[in-house]
This record gives sequence, structure tokens and C-alpha cells, in this order.
Amino acid sequence: MENELLFTKTHEWIKWLNEEKTEAYIGLSKYATENLGDIVYVNIDKENVEKGEQLGDIESVKAVSDLFSPFTGLVSQVNEKVLNNPGLINVQPEDFWICKIVDIKDSEELFTKEEYDKLEKE
Amino acid sequence: MGLCMSKNTPMYEDHIRLGAKIVEFAGYKLPIQYSSLIKEHLAVRNDVGVFDISHMGEILIEGECRKFVNYLICNDVTNLKIGKMKYSPMLNEEGGIVDDLLVYALNEKQFLLIVNGANIAKDLQWIIDHKKYRVHISDLSDSYAQIAIQGPHSKQHLLELLKEEDLPSKYYSFKENVEILNHKLLISKNGYTGEDGYELFGDGDSIKEVFNYLVDHGVSPCGLGCRDTLRIEAGMPLYGHEMSDEISPLDTSLEMFTKLDKLKFIGKDALKNKNKVRVGLKNLDGGIIREDMPIYDGFEKVGCTTSGTFLPYLNGSYAMAIIRRKVALPGTQLRVKIRDKCTTVEIVELPFYKREK
Repeated sequence: MENELLFTKTHEWIKWLNEEKTEAYIGLSKYATENLGDIVYVNIDKENVEKGEQLGDIESVKAVSDLFSPFTGLVSQVNEKVLNNPGLINVQPEDFWICKIVDIKDSEELFTKEEYDKLEKE
Repeated sequence: MGLCMSKNTPMYEDHIRLGAKIVEFAGYKLPIQYSSLIKEHLAVRNDVGVFDISHMGEILIEGECRKFVNYLICNDVTNLKIGKMKYSPMLNEEGGIVDDLLVYALNEKQFLLIVNGANIAKDLQWIIDHKKYRVHISDLSDSYAQIAIQGPHSKQHLLELLKEEDLPSKYYSFKENVEILNHKLLISKNGYTGEDGYELFGDGDSIKEVFNYLVDHGVSPCGLGCRDTLRIEAGMPLYGHEMSDEISPLDTSLEMFTKLDKLKFIGKDALKNKNKVRVGLKNLDGGIIREDMPIYDGFEKVGCTTSGTFLPYLNGSYAMAIIRRKVALPGTQLRVKIRDKCTTVEIVELPFYKREK
């Protein structure tokens, strides 16, 4: 099972949770968190999502950013730690997942860290 | 034409060295934040911070300055003592606000106006177009740099650089030609954060040296991001948000600075209260209220937010708004539309935060 993070072009990271690739954690890339600044509010208000659809909002002191779903599937869990202390995402963006998606049926294009790093520079 | 290059302040390289994120503001490249807006905000509330505010404009009025300034602004400087300052809106003929400014009474022949950086050209044109009495008007904005030292420990940090008797002791007073690091600076006791603090004016090289001394001696460099969250927390209005060419001082709760008993000033005859008032809103649900969000009492639209953000010291979502007076009672609950959702807010007294004396 691949354990490394994969990335979307809308700056989410994903981590597969099973071999079948039907379950995954979603988080926000370091690049995105650095651009947002101090994150103060996380809102995930969807249950059934289509790939590319908005899952919720991430708000920093300065700005609001949409969080998009890389998958068609079901939001099964939102990370309580992050809801209660959104600033954790700024400290360790790639260690704190925001939500868990299960019953994944379809996926957006995913990139390895190396590929993603090249993307953001474009 | 059309080429618009933003200028660097004398501290630009220092901001870069200190890891600042730079934005363009009022024609200058300025730091929005260094490491974290929240940390910088809390440094000012609990300790001390320093801001580069060199974008602010300085317009000098010489000659019959007291008479002329009194005609230009809606506050009253008839009895303003030399060495003291006064805050005032400057109105247009319709009673809207051209800008808000600080008047420094340097001496009987010279009053200095400190205006918003984004409004320098507009203000200068306005002042020249409405010139009266025997005055000379000059824009000194390019020759002054300015920093603000704010926070409960600002005084003790300045005392490393100068003697207590050289510091202005009263709020809204200033001293000229104060010697700091062998430079002569103007120091005033005021600020835009709700904390005790000082603003220092001088030539670029001198201000840069003082800025770096302070940063090297434990004063947190602070960006425009927390300057905004601090002023909102302190309930202070900002031009372009709580004030504009269309908003009169009476609609935005600046009656205190509008002296209707003064004989004559520009905009006086047009001033009427449109039954609006500026209030504070506390968000009772999720999400962060931003500016320009509509406010409803039931299905009736009663106003709009003018500034809104997450306030770090109070740890919540708050906004200022201009709303109809009839619904503006503290404790009243209204609804604000945040994008496609509605949130419940409660009207609270301004300022949201007041420092303990």
C-alpha cells in the first residue's frame, strides 16, 4: 500500500486508507495553508460529494477558501481536533487530516509530491 | 501614461529580511504579515509591536492655518493647543467624508495633517481647491517615513532610546526634535490599535535605524494584517470601510468629532442624520463575517457590514456595520448573509475590546 501523500491541483492532499482505494483522508497542502495564513474556521457541510464539488470552507483571518472534494464518495468523518483547533493545520498541514471520505467511486487527477511541487511553481 | 509603480518604504529590505509577505497598499509595497497575523496581533495586546506606516500622508498647512483647518474639517481646532493633536473627518459639500485625518498643531503658523496613504492625491487636490485665507499648502509625504510602536510595553522600549522627559506624556500630544540614535524625530502619543503607543516621524534613514533597533531589541515587527484586526477589535473606523464620500460622519457614529455648533465648515449645511448608526456585531454561529455582507431583521434588509474578521484577542468572529437606528439596540439579534448561508449575530457595544487602564 502506498503511504505517501498525493495532491490535487486545487491544493488538497489525500492519503489512501485501504488497498482498494475506497477510503481516504483529505487535508490541505502546505502551499495552500501558507497562502491562507492563520486558519480560524473549518466548515465541512456535505455528506455525499461528487469529485470537484465543494466540500466546505476553510477560513483564515484574512480570507476564505473553498475545499474541493477530489472524490465522488461519502464524507464519513470530520477531524474533531481540527474543528476545535483549526490552527493545527497551519502548524503541521500534512499531519492533520480534515475529513475522511469512504465509498470512493471516482477521483480527480492526483499528483505525487514531486509533480505537485512543479505544478505550484507554474 | 498608466504606468503605476508602487514605491518601497525605507524599511522594505528589512521587511524582506524579516520574512514578511508583501502586498501593495496605497502605492507602497508593505508587509501584510511576517510569521503569523495572530501572533503579531497578540504581541501588540500583550507586549509590544512596531509597524511601518510610511504610506501615511503628511500635508503641511502654513500661515493662517488654524482658521483654514477649522473650515476644512468638522471637528473644532479653535482651542487646540500647540503640541496637541486632534482627530477629525474632512467633509465634502454633500456631508460625505473626503478622508479622516489627524491635525498636529506644530505652532501658530504651521499645522500638519496626517492623512490616509490611499487618499493623499485626492486630499491634496481637495484642500487646494478649497483654499481660503492666507495659507501655503505643501505635500511632505515623500520626505517623511513613519513607524508606530504599540502595546503595553511600548514606553519601556522607547526609554532605552530616550529620556522620559522627551516622551509626550499625554494621549494625543507630541514632541518635536526629540533626539533618538542621533536623529531628530517627531514623537506623538497615539495609535490605531486600542493600546498605549507612539508614532514616530522623520526622514527615511532615521526611521529605518530606529525600526531596526526596536526589532533587534525584542519588539515584534507587525504587518498591515494585524493593524486591521487590532483596529477592528478596538472599534476604530477605517476610510473606505466605515467612511466614504457617500457616508456622513453622523451615519457612522462620529458625532463626537462633528461640531455642529461651529460657525462654518465644509459640508455642515448638508449634514443630516439619515437614521443610521454604526454598531458592533458578534457572530453567534459558525463562519467568519467579512465586509459588505447584508444584514436582515426578519426579511427586511436593515444594513450592511463595513468590516469583519476573526478577532484574535477575543477569539471570535465580529464585524462593524452601518444599520438602521430603529433596530440598533445592544442585545438585538439579526441575521447576516455569509455567501449562501445565514448566520445569527447579536448587536454589541463598540469597542469590542477596551484595554484596562
